[in-house]
Amino acid sequence: MKETKRVKRDSDIRVDARIKVSGKARFIEDVEFANMLHGATIRSPIPHGRIASIVNLEKIRNMPGVRAVVTANDIPGENIVPFVKQDYPCLAPDEVKFHGQAVALVAAETVEEARSAARSAEFEYEEYPAVFDAVQAMKPDAVHVGGEDNVHSYFRIRKGDVDKGFREADVIVEGVFNNKHQVHCYLENQGVVAVPESGGGISVYGSMQCPFYVQNALVKVTGIRYSGIKVVQTVTGGGFGGKEDVPSILASHAALLALRTQRPVRIIYDREEDFISMSKRHPARTRVKYGATKEGKITACEAEYIVNGGAFCTLSPIVAWRGVVHISGPYDIPNVKADSYAMATNTVPCGAFRGFGQTQANFANECLMDELAEKLDMDPVELRKRNILKTGSRTSTGQVIGESCGLEETLIKAAEKINFKQHFGRDKGIRKKGMGISTTFYGVGLGAEGEYFAKAGAQVYVKEDGSVIVAIGNVEMGQGSNTVFNRICADTLGCPYESVEVLQPDTTRVPDSGPTVASRSTMVGGRAVLDAARQVCDTFRKVAADKLGVKPFDIEVDAVDSRYRCSRGEMSYFEVVNEAYRRREKVAAQGWYRVEGCTFDQETGQGNPYSVYTYSANACEVEVDTETGQVTVTKFAAAHDIGKAIHMISAEGQIQGGTVQAIGYALHENLVLENGRILNPSLTGYTVPTSLDACDVIPIIVEHPHGEGPFGAKGLGEPPMIGSAAAILNAIYDATGIRFRHTPCLPEDIVKELSKLSI
Amino acid sequence: MKINFILNDNIVNIDIRPDKPLLRMLREDLGIKSVKEGCGRGECGSCTVLVDNKPVASCMVPAGQVHTRKVTTLEGLESSGEIKQIQDAFVKSGAVQCGFCTPGFMISAYSLLTGNPNPEREEIRAAVSGNVCRCTGYTKIIDAIELAAEYIRRFK
Repeated sequence: MKETKRVKRDSDIRVDARIKVSGKARFIEDVEFANMLHGATIRSPIPHGRIASIVNLEKIRNMPGVRAVVTANDIPGENIVPFVKQDYPCLAPDEVKFHGQAVALVAAETVEEARSAARSAEFEYEEYPAVFDAVQAMKPDAVHVGGEDNVHSYFRIRKGDVDKGFREADVIVEGVFNNKHQVHCYLENQGVVAVPESGGGISVYGSMQCPFYVQNALVKVTGIRYSGIKVVQTVTGGGFGGKEDVPSILASHAALLALRTQRPVRIIYDREEDFISMSKRHPARTRVKYGATKEGKITACEAEYIVNGGAFCTLSPIVAWRGVVHISGPYDIPNVKADSYAMATNTVPCGAFRGFGQTQANFANECLMDELAEKLDMDPVELRKRNILKTGSRTSTGQVIGESCGLEETLIKAAEKINFKQHFGRDKGIRKKGMGISTTFYGVGLGAEGEYFAKAGAQVYVKEDGSVIVAIGNVEMGQGSNTVFNRICADTLGCPYESVEVLQPDTTRVPDSGPTVASRSTMVGGRAVLDAARQVCDTFRKVAADKLGVKPFDIEVDAVDSRYRCSRGEMSYFEVVNEAYRRREKVAAQGWYRVEGCTFDQETGQGNPYSVYTYSANACEVEVDTETGQVTVTKFAAAHDIGKAIHMISAEGQIQGGTVQAIGYALHENLVLENGRILNPSLTGYTVPTSLDACDVIPIIVEHPHGEGPFGAKGLGEPPMIGSAAAILNAIYDATGIRFRHTPCLPEDIVKELSKLSI
Repeated sequence: MKINFILNDNIVNIDIRPDKPLLRMLREDLGIKSVKEGCGRGECGSCTVLVDNKPVASCMVPAGQVHTRKVTTLEGLESSGEIKQIQDAFVKSGAVQCGFCTPGFMISAYSLLTGNPNPEREEIRAAVSGNVCRCTGYTKIIDAIELAAEYIRRFK
C-alpha cells in the first residue's frame, strides 16, 4: 500500500484558536442548566484531628437559599475517591488529615448563599499531633498519617555494584537538594456541573484532564453502575496535571448534591479554595552522589529521593516511581543504586504536575552534574557528551536505547544557540552574567507502573458531505491535542483540515482511553485516531480503485490536494466519499491502541519501564543583580527531540510555556505553609511569571522519528518543565560562584549568601 | 440601585446592588461571557474590560461605579470589527493555548495599540504585565501583538 502523502504547511493554525479569540468558547462557568444550584464545601480548620461534629449543622440547613447539606453519612456508595490507592475519602468521615480537607457540602440557590453557608460552619473537634515534613515523617516516633509507617510507596533501582563504581572513580561529588511545592495556577479554577438524569443516572460536565477517572469516582461514590454515568469534558482552561485527580473529587461532591436535591449543581472553586485544596507538585529532598574517572566517565550514581505526598496518596506512587527511574540522568552509567519514597504528612495532598516527579529528581542530578564538571575541570557540555545516552546505551534500568535518540543533537544545538560559554563569576560590577546547561530524558506515557491505563480509543466518522467527526478520549486543555488529532486524521484520510471536527471527550462515546497525562496524547491517542482513519481510508481506496479500474494497492492518497490518484485517473476526496455513500459502504471506524512491552522488576528496578523516550537539552543565560539578588533570565534555548512535530506552532508553544513555568519554579514561586496551613493562597502571595519575568524562550525542535508514534512523533508536554530549573541554577552559580541547591532560589537567598562572601 | 451606562454602544438601564463586581454583573445579568474570572481579586487580568476606553480588571470595579460611563468588552469590539486584526494576529501567531486568558490579553493589546500603534517589544511586555498566562510563556502573545500592530498599519 502506498503511504499517504502528507500535508506540509508550517503556519497553519490551531483548530480551536478562532472560537477562543471570539470569547465564545464555553468554559465550565459558561455552561448553565435551568434550575441549577451552586455547591460549596465545608473544610477542616485543623491539619490533623477528629471532627466530632459541625455544631451548627441544623442552622446551616436553614440559612437563606440553602437546599441541602451533605456529610459523609449521606454517601450512597463508598466514601472513597479512587486514585492509585483507595485512601482518599470523598468527605472526611471523622478523622481529618489536612487543613482544608472536605468535611461537608452545601447546595444553595446562589454562589454567595452557598459559600456563606459553608463559611459559617462551627466545629467541635479534637486536634491530634501532626507531621508536615517528609523526612520527619520517616522517623520511628512520627505521628502516623497513612500508608505503612507513613510510606505511601517505595521503589528502588539496583544496577551493577555502586561500591565498586565509586572505588573506580577518581572524583566523587555529592549533594542534598530541596524543592518546595509548586502550584499549577491554571487560569481557570477547578469546576464541574452535575446533572441528575431522569433514569436515575448522572451526567457530569467539567474542566478536567481525565473523564474516565471521573467516571470511576462517580461509580464508586454514587453506587450507580457505569452505564448510568456520563462524563463530558468542557473547554478546559489549563491543567498541567492539576486537573488529573482533583476533578474526581469535585465531580463526586457535585453528584452527591445533585442526587440529593434532584437538581443540577455546579461547583466552581474561587482562587483561594483552589489553592488550599487542590493537589500540588511534591516538595522533595534529594541526595545524589556521582563518581567519575578523571577522563569524565561516570562510574557510579547513588541517589535517595524523598517526596512529600501529603495526607492522601492520590498519584504519589507513580510520581515516586517516575522520579527514581530517571534520577541518575540521561547517562549511560554502569552502577546505579537509587531509592525513592513518597511519604504521608498532614499537608494538602500532592499529585500530578508537569514533570511528575522528574522535575525535582532531575533538578538535583543536573545541578550535581555541574559540580562534577567543575571538580573535573571540564566543560559541562563536554562532560555530558561523554556520558549521554545514545543508540545502544543502557539506562539505569538496563534498558537498551533503540531507535530515535537525538540527545546529543539537542545538547549541541541548545549550547550553540546561545554561544554557551561559562563566565566563572568573572563579571565585574553589580550585574553579573552566567550561563548554565542541563540535559534530560523523559519516558513517554504511563510506563510499566501505569500499564493498566496505557490504551486509547477513537472514532472517525465521515459524513455524507465529506465532513468528518472524530470522537476521542483524551482531552484538549490548551496543549493543542485537538489540532494534532485533526492533522493525523486529515493527513491519513486525505481530506482538508477544515473538514475534520474533533469532538469534546464524552465517556459514552469512546471506550475508556486512560488519562490525559504523561505527555501521551499525541503518541497514544494519536495512534488510536490513526488506526480509525486508516480503516476508513482503506474503504475509500477500495471504492476509488473499483471506480477507476485498478487495485486498492495502486491508489495513492494525496493529502496535499485531497485526491485519490492512480495511473488510470484520479478522484477528489469528496467524489470518493460520494461514491462510498452511493455504495452504502461503512464510513466510520473505531480505532484502538495499547502500549505493549513495558517491564519493571520491583526488586532490582531493572527492565524496560517505558517504550519511548523524549530527549532534551536546555541552555540559558542569566543576569544576577548582586545588590538586590534579582535574577533575570536573559536567554533560554530549549532543544527537544520529539520524534516529529505534528503541529509546529503548538510544539513551540509547549516548549515556551513549560520553560517559563520552570523559570517560576526556579526563581519565585514560593508556597508558604505554617503548621500545614497555606499562608499565601493567591496570585499576589504566590507569584507566577508575568510577561516581565519571562524571556523569549527559543524553541529548537529536533526530529528523530520513532516507529511507535504517529508519523514518528513522541511526547512533548512535560519535558520543557524538567531540566530547565537546573540550567538556571547552574547559570546563577556561573554568575556568582555560589551553589544554591534549592527551589525557589529567591532574591533574599542570593543576597544573604553574597553578603557572606563579601565579609 | 438603578444605574445606566453604555455597554458596547448600547444603553443599559439596570437595577443592581452597587457593590456587585462589574465582572459578576456583566456575566450574570447582562450575558457578557467573554469576561472570565481567574482570581476575583485583580491579580490575573482575565476579566479585563475597557471603562471609558481604559483597561480595568472588572472584578475590582463595583457595578455602581460604571453609572453614566462607557464599558466595552470583547463582544463589542468584535461586532464593531475593531479588534479583528488583533484576533487574526493571535490566531496566526499561536498566541492561544487554553484560551481562558485570551480575551483579557486582547483587550490590553487593543488599549496599547490604540495609544501606541508601533510599540517596542518591551513596551508590549509592560502593557500586558497585568495579564497572567500560564500556558504560552508569553513569547507568542508578544509576537501576536507585534503582528497585530503591523496588520493595523497595513489596514489603515
